[in-house]
Amino acid sequence: MLEFRKEFFKDERDDNLNEVGQPRQRQDMLGHVTGRTRYFDDHAFEGLLHLKVLRSPHSHARLRSIDTAAAERAPGVKRVIRAADVPVNKNTLLSLINFGKDDEPLLAVDKVRYKGEPILAVVAESEAAAYDALAKVRVEYDPLPAVFDVEEALKPGAPVVNETYPANTFEYHEKYNHQKLRFGDVERAFAQADFVVEERYQMSPIEHAPTETNGSIAAPETNDRFVVHSSTQALFFSLGTAAKLLDVPSNRLHYIGGTVGGGFGGKVDSLTEPLSILGAMLTGRPVRYVLNREEEMLYGCPRGAERHYIKDGVMRDGRIVARKVTSYFDAGAYTRLSSYGAVKCAAHIPGPYTIPNVCADVYCVYTNRTPATAMRGFGITGVDFSLEVQMDKLAHKVGMDPMEFRILNAYRDGDMKAHRREAHNCALIECVQVAAEKANWPISDTYRRMNSLTGGGGERAVIPATATDENGRIGGGRPATGTTSRPPAPPPRVPLPAAAQPRAPQPQPAMSQPRVAPPPPAPPPPAAQPVKPAATPQHGATRFSSVFGTRRR
Amino acid sequence: MTKTPVQFRLNGSDKAVFVDGGENLLNVLRRGVGDMSAKYGCGQGTCGVCTVLIDGEPQLACLTLAETCAGRSVETALGLSDGPNLHPLQNAFMDHFAAQCGFCTSGMLMAAKALLDRNPSPTREDVAEAISGNICRCTGYEPIINAILDAASKRGGQASGG
Amino acid sequence: MPKHRGRGMAAINYPIGMNLGGDPSQALVHSNPDGKFTVTLSAIDLGQGMKQVTRQIAAETLGVPIADVYVDTADSDTGPHDMGSFASRGTHRVGNAVMVAAKEARGVMMEAAAEELEVNAADLDTDGRGNIHVKGAPSRAISVKDVAIAAQFRQGKTIAGRGIFLIPLSEVHPETGEMSPVSCYAHACLVADLEVDDETGEVTMLKMTSAYELGRAINPKMVEQQLVGGAWMGMSHALYETPEPYYPDIAHGPRDFNEYVMPGPGDICPHDIAVLERPAPDGPFGGKGPGEMCANPVLPAVANAIFNAVGVRIDELPITPEKVLRAIKAQGGARPQGASGGRH
Repeated sequence: MLEFRKEFFKDERDDNLNEVGQPRQRQDMLGHVTGRTRYFDDHAFEGLLHLKVLRSPHSHARLRSIDTAAAERAPGVKRVIRAADVPVNKNTLLSLINFGKDDEPLLAVDKVRYKGEPILAVVAESEAAAYDALAKVRVEYDPLPAVFDVEEALKPGAPVVNETYPANTFEYHEKYNHQKLRFGDVERAFAQADFVVEERYQMSPIEHAPTETNGSIAAPETNDRFVVHSSTQALFFSLGTAAKLLDVPSNRLHYIGGTVGGGFGGKVDSLTEPLSILGAMLTGRPVRYVLNREEEMLYGCPRGAERHYIKDGVMRDGRIVARKVTSYFDAGAYTRLSSYGAVKCAAHIPGPYTIPNVCADVYCVYTNRTPATAMRGFGITGVDFSLEVQMDKLAHKVGMDPMEFRILNAYRDGDMKAHRREAHNCALIECVQVAAEKANWPISDTYRRMNSLTGGGGERAVIPATATDENGRIGGGRPATGTTSRPPAPPPRVPLPAAAQPRAPQPQPAMSQPRVAPPPPAPPPPAAQPVKPAATPQHGATRFSSVFGTRRR
Repeated sequence: MTKTPVQFRLNGSDKAVFVDGGENLLNVLRRGVGDMSAKYGCGQGTCGVCTVLIDGEPQLACLTLAETCAGRSVETALGLSDGPNLHPLQNAFMDHFAAQCGFCTSGMLMAAKALLDRNPSPTREDVAEAISGNICRCTGYEPIINAILDAASKRGGQASGG
Repeated sequence: MPKHRGRGMAAINYPIGMNLGGDPSQALVHSNPDGKFTVTLSAIDLGQGMKQVTRQIAAETLGVPIADVYVDTADSDTGPHDMGSFASRGTHRVGNAVMVAAKEARGVMMEAAAEELEVNAADLDTDGRGNIHVKGAPSRAISVKDVAIAAQFRQGKTIAGRGIFLIPLSEVHPETGEMSPVSCYAHACLVADLEVDDETGEVTMLKMTSAYELGRAINPKMVEQQLVGGAWMGMSHALYETPEPYYPDIAHGPRDFNEYVMPGPGDICPHDIAVLERPAPDGPFGGKGPGEMCANPVLPAVANAIFNAVGVRIDELPITPEKVLRAIKAQGGARPQGASGGRH
């Protein structure tokens, strides 16, 4: 059951609306219950052909030879599509926003980097004929050593998964092998904390498992264009990706979609459109490419696994004074969106709490498994699991009620967050209070009286003197990760200017603000990196802006 | 490949198609007859989005040989409504907002219809069991169960228990 | 007694929209000759209800009843660019673009009505039922239909609007990570009550109790759909799902739904939800987006509840019966942590 608690924040709302806030029936509900809602596959085409791909059985191997002669002669086969047939056979999804280097072929060229990687495609009169033809393809592989663990992948001598990134990590700002978050001085704070709690968390990959698998139907239209019925979650993203890979002007592609049988992030990667369109181009007929359930489940891009090491310094009274996080995003064999998710994770740390010293290193690491992608909660779900289990452990450590522990440390309007933006529009405290009340979870009056609008700002709005470092510079060899189960060694202490030495925190009653005396004037925040304008359009996709100002190679 | 003629009744109308040996009913419905309401979700009988009724029994069209439907009665979601009037289950699904992406809805409705046709007063557990072969990834099942119980109570059968 | 009850909680926030911004959405709104409106998008409805959310935002902004608005999406020939449906951006980004377009269309409509009624447009208001009247004098009115006819066939005005919403792209500092991730956050707190069988390791969900803050519920029934369905997925992530059960070993990957396990209709539990609304200053009517954060608090709440029940910490997802059982055995048996949080 669901209730609205309109009394909270009512002064900030005008509830006198006509349509917004009303439980109107959905525009699409009638179509759903009458079986008439049309998904991409619910379109009939005369002369429809079916495309299936040959997938690598090895996690890592050289392709020594490929013999398609028998497949090409197989009954019902119209075309075999090889890597050489793909006009631009190297891409990365975020090239459309100028982020990262092209690292992934549509069809494997000389090497396969994950079990299930597509090597070639067969277009035939039926799916059965396509599967039969695939079984007749002869491929000779030279298996290579593979790496599956993110920390193993970072060690010197580990197999190189993706030659575009020879150290098995994505490169951030053309400078570092991880994204940093630095706010204050965690090492100093750990030394002064009453307790230090250090833990490791692991989230395995998760499959989107929509009831409708990824798929598309591409067909020649009039005026030398191609209509594409697609299950994509991002129409123009897919159109742009296909236009780039197939080297056609974007307006030759006519994408139709908008009604999808579940996505959850698994239908962003354009898994089928480029090949179905290419199939239509090469055969002159409509071509349908739909992942079967096994392909969807094992080879259709999961939520990537994440490993988080969290080290917290907490005081006896429950204040968290330092949080240090080292995170590894398992991108699988190719970048796709993982590079981006790692930055989103860095921005999210330390969670919705005001902690005066925060440090995070977030890595995007390559391994020989199915490339990962976004999924519901991208960059957040795994780290939130880790952070909130950690919070429970801390609460137990200091003997505080878990709800009250959250309220004590929660961010309030006006607080400075670790990514150096002021918190506003906060509501964590109220959610905790309401959940506790509904669940008959008693919390003390003191904590029931707190709210997000008071108690924040002031000293809590100051950006502290911050220890920075240049660990993980690209080109400086592999990062020193120490043992497999320990996070990297702490960075060397950067001496701070004398005027900015943080003062040792003094004991305070738990109810008042964590900081005691006003800190010394903080040094001005470091100037943000100027955006380097992209000199020439690197992809022909000039309409998207450049993230990070990174120049693409 | 030699094709076999198959005649069957679909939602009360006579249909005649030519099928390949080994072709499944799901493919015949979607590509042969043009009834797109039954969906492809796995082709292995583990998700239920292709659920149809054959002689009143819920069956998985992806695992049903089309040739075995000769002379039999097949019902899909397209045949649920009575002219312009929705079936009580369809009304109940709408009232309870029991669909989001809608992809599982056709199969879910057919499984529910089979339940209510044989058991007009199901318990909550009866409903859960009847739809346990239909995967929904969006709703969390709660509104679907509530809709089916509601439809049962409105048809005259008392929804017993929860 | 091999079954032990436990209670755990988690609190989270969630960033609304694509990280760092730079993710534009556009919308077009126009009226047909009868004063019925179409909103044209290329945004994608995955089931989260993009079409209905934008429909209600458009109707509210235009000042017309919901039945007079339909949303058409997605066709790259007719729909203007939209970044895509992900990152909980739909309500916030597409909703805002629709508001901009609808405001422009409304402006033309009011000017046309003003011309018909021979007043200033500022003196007019819509009644939300298909009419436009002079403020304070409801009898001096004209129907939206008549305004549309007049505009198109006599005045030569097109009742239409265009909108784009873009949060400028943020830089990221290489050494400090300073950045503007998003402009607003949603919040949640969830309590999980469950039972652990210390002989099988199986976890049975008994109840979830939660509070979600999401800016503005554009449609309360659809919010309920997301929060109930999302919590189910969270429970599934916590206890059941992975294509790599022995990660980082890729062996034994499930190939179908027999092997990839998710909770079925017999495994669900009641979920008691409270919704709070603290409008985002830059959200459409303050709207944020519940689409992703609805699953997140469940995972840690379940892990914390399992600890409360039997005293084991499983820090690796998913928390399968095998992991629970091994942990219980390793510690020499279940160690219930005692009533926590008023659990009875």
